[in-house]
Amino acid sequence: MKIVTARRISQVFFFALFVWFCIVGTVGDKFWQLRHWPVNWFLQLDPLVAIGTILTTHTLYASLLWALATVILTLILGRFFCSWVCPFGSLHHFTGFLGNRKKSAAQKIRLNRYRWPQCIKYLILIFFLAAAAFPSLAATLQTGLLDPIPLVTRSFNLVLLPLADSPVNLASAGERFYEGAWLILAIFFTAVLLNLVIPRFYCRFICPLGALFGLLGRFALWRIGKNQTECSDCKLCETHCEGGCEPAANIKISECVLCFNCREDCKDEIISYQSRPSLAGETANPDVSRRGFVLSLAGGILAVPAVRLSNKLGSNWHYRAIRPPGALAEEEFLKRCIKCGQCMRTCPTNVIQPGGIEGGLENLWTPVLNNRIGSSGCQLNCVACGQACPTSAIRPITLSEKKGLGEFADAGPIKIGTAFVDRNRCLPWAMDKPCIVCEENCPLSPKAIYTQVVFNTVRDGVLTVKKTTDKLIETVEENIAPDKFATGDYYCVTETGERRKITANTENSIEISPDNQFEKIPAAGGKIEIQVRLQRPFIDIEKCIGCGVCEHECPVSGRKAIRISAEGETRSANRRLLLTWRPVI
Amino acid sequence: MTEKTTEKFGRRQFLARAGKATASIAAAGTASYLLYDPAGPTAAGKPEELVTLPDFSIPHRPGQTISIVKGTNRIETVNKAIELLGGLKRFVKPGETVAIKPNVAFASPPMLGATANPELIAEVVRLCYGSGAKKVYVTDNPINDPLSCFTLSGIGKAAEAAGAEVILPKNHLFKHTTLEGGKLIRNWPIFFRPFEKIDKLIGIAPVKDHHRSGASMSMKNWYGLLGGRRNIFHQDINTIIAELAMMAKPTLVILDGTEVMATNGPTGGSLSDLRRANTLIASTDMVAADSYGCGLLDLKVSDLPYLTKAQQAGAGTTNYESLKPVFAAID
Repeated sequence: MKIVTARRISQVFFFALFVWFCIVGTVGDKFWQLRHWPVNWFLQLDPLVAIGTILTTHTLYASLLWALATVILTLILGRFFCSWVCPFGSLHHFTGFLGNRKKSAAQKIRLNRYRWPQCIKYLILIFFLAAAAFPSLAATLQTGLLDPIPLVTRSFNLVLLPLADSPVNLASAGERFYEGAWLILAIFFTAVLLNLVIPRFYCRFICPLGALFGLLGRFALWRIGKNQTECSDCKLCETHCEGGCEPAANIKISECVLCFNCREDCKDEIISYQSRPSLAGETANPDVSRRGFVLSLAGGILAVPAVRLSNKLGSNWHYRAIRPPGALAEEEFLKRCIKCGQCMRTCPTNVIQPGGIEGGLENLWTPVLNNRIGSSGCQLNCVACGQACPTSAIRPITLSEKKGLGEFADAGPIKIGTAFVDRNRCLPWAMDKPCIVCEENCPLSPKAIYTQVVFNTVRDGVLTVKKTTDKLIETVEENIAPDKFATGDYYCVTETGERRKITANTENSIEISPDNQFEKIPAAGGKIEIQVRLQRPFIDIEKCIGCGVCEHECPVSGRKAIRISAEGETRSANRRLLLTWRPVI
Repeated sequence: MTEKTTEKFGRRQFLARAGKATASIAAAGTASYLLYDPAGPTAAGKPEELVTLPDFSIPHRPGQTISIVKGTNRIETVNKAIELLGGLKRFVKPGETVAIKPNVAFASPPMLGATANPELIAEVVRLCYGSGAKKVYVTDNPINDPLSCFTLSGIGKAAEAAGAEVILPKNHLFKHTTLEGGKLIRNWPIFFRPFEKIDKLIGIAPVKDHHRSGASMSMKNWYGLLGGRRNIFHQDINTIIAELAMMAKPTLVILDGTEVMATNGPTGGSLSDLRRANTLIASTDMVAADSYGCGLLDLKVSDLPYLTKAQQAGAGTTNYESLKPVFAAID
């Protein structure tokens, strides 16, 4: 088998595997569901995720150890990942092939020559790593913005899969929505379509992971090169060069993605994969100028404090950025979140959404809960997001820890925020209408929402008695809407203060249940009042965990009449609301 | 399209071009004629196609309308209760398709009693197949995430193990309905498709405290047929429950008061919210079933205005004694 055939098989295999891992991200125990598949494997293989989190946290989290395998193989083989494993790379490879296949060899050679902007990806990498590496100046992990594995994971899971799945709902129980998905889609498609301009545009110019591999591949034991000095110099080896590394001349090893097309295209078998440097000469180091290096480093170091001038980690924190249960305190969270979207994909209720920039630039595509999207707020008996998180930005908590049971009883349940009733919008508070959907749906026992009963006299609700018969009170007023007060929520109060439930009414009479009659029958000429019985919701902030089921269910469907705000979340001591730090059980 | 300027342009070419231009003009004109809408859209928008939930009830049989069985084991009590009404063969004939509508409202484990008991559901599924049913569906439109509800409540797995097919709510399964004589259910989406082609319908609900309406039992269970923004109906909870009792005409309802949720309903959340009442009711009259069932929560019929409203609407009787309930107890 030719080595390019082996490469193509590898690309198809890993791309298919990646797509499969996206499809099976639904919580469940069927063979095509989450339980059976290591859906984070590509993210774990990604050394940029590992190195980024090492720089910010000084630890290598659990299964990110997989990245060591990638690093070791790269140190031995070179940038094999780009042309053999990377699903984003394969997509670019294929699109570039489709878009340029009809061009002449000369055109292709021009298209695939080396260009100086290929150094930009190294500058991007240096910028991100600098931002991650200097904790004294508030480190942040932003590699996920352009790291191809989180990028393609996010694009597939949050955009392409829901689009493809929406008519059939096979990969999810119901319709999925992701706020701001258009931006993720726009970036994804731009990256893919740029292959029509220059093949592997993203890989050559932008990809910080490719840049990292370029650096790691400097000492690779084997590399592409010419095995003899004699050469017809036909340049055909550069016709299909994926990396733009110029194998015909002084090959740029850091750009070579090991596609092996040059070896395939060389009619004289001059190009081979060998341990000795190319006999036509090679450049192992990336073409990064000292000035570029210093500027990127300084830019990365200064960008973080610049972004944080908006004080989003201080008093101006974004209270609507409600993080999933188990999320670390914000500063630690930002050191780990790679914006891959796995928590959003896994969330069975679709409540976890990609954040926007309203919470600061660093909030972009990090997980925030939006209770107006999805099937049901954050479900009490679910900890899927923490299990899905590849970097433990959301810790893999247990149900016991989430609910504050057993050994976690002293710590109490994990609060992700607190519900606030908007008394200007709430039906029983503002409009004299019974409701309390929020209270009913509060999943806690005892509920964090409790009610107080009030009887309010309705508008134009003071009536004059004309005559009282057996069970009817006839009124002087003759314009009452029939059965308006027959819902079981309305009461009739007499001047002596007796209150009885109304069972029916006509335009000029009120009916009381015969087995519940007044002790002192209201006399003709006397006044009666029609009152509505209202149960008004209150929040017990010591109990509320901020799950948002109340907000999701609130029938005031625009700006909800009960809303979660992140105050009181257990993960940050400085956002607490209670006098006691932990909720009292 | 680029025309080669070097080519000779003569009469033939001009006529060909004129022909294409004429065809294009004709196509544009025809399309405009066909799509022409002089009136514009109306305020009401496009009317929905309305459907009516079929009537699944069976003929009344005096003395076999409601059975009340005391006992701790739901498998035994449900078998006895159905047997006292004449056996499931009275309700499900060979070759028939049956839908079971349990209360699966919340993503909560079965031991907390916020949802119908999975063993009870599985037993009724088995009884249906034992009675010759061709196919049994188990379906609900829950409040919490549907898949999570069916999974965590144990109902999904239990039903499937007993051979039933679980149908989760999806947008295309909903159709609009208007209840004749109804005030609230008007042009409202209901979970219709699963019930469109079945022969018999069985409702299974636990007895639960419900803060707004007083109690959630077999009538309130039909809330799960409503789609859309059904929460707005909580403004008039008694009327909507009564209308649900008018809209749904089940073959049989089973009201499970083996363990009742006495406090913190309808979600519960703690074992301490449950109380053993060791009672299971089977009935073809759900108003009667609920009128008896409310007693398990120490409530009177007059505490639940929806019962009287449903009776007035002809959905059943609150005076369950008049139906001569068959009582039994299992030791």
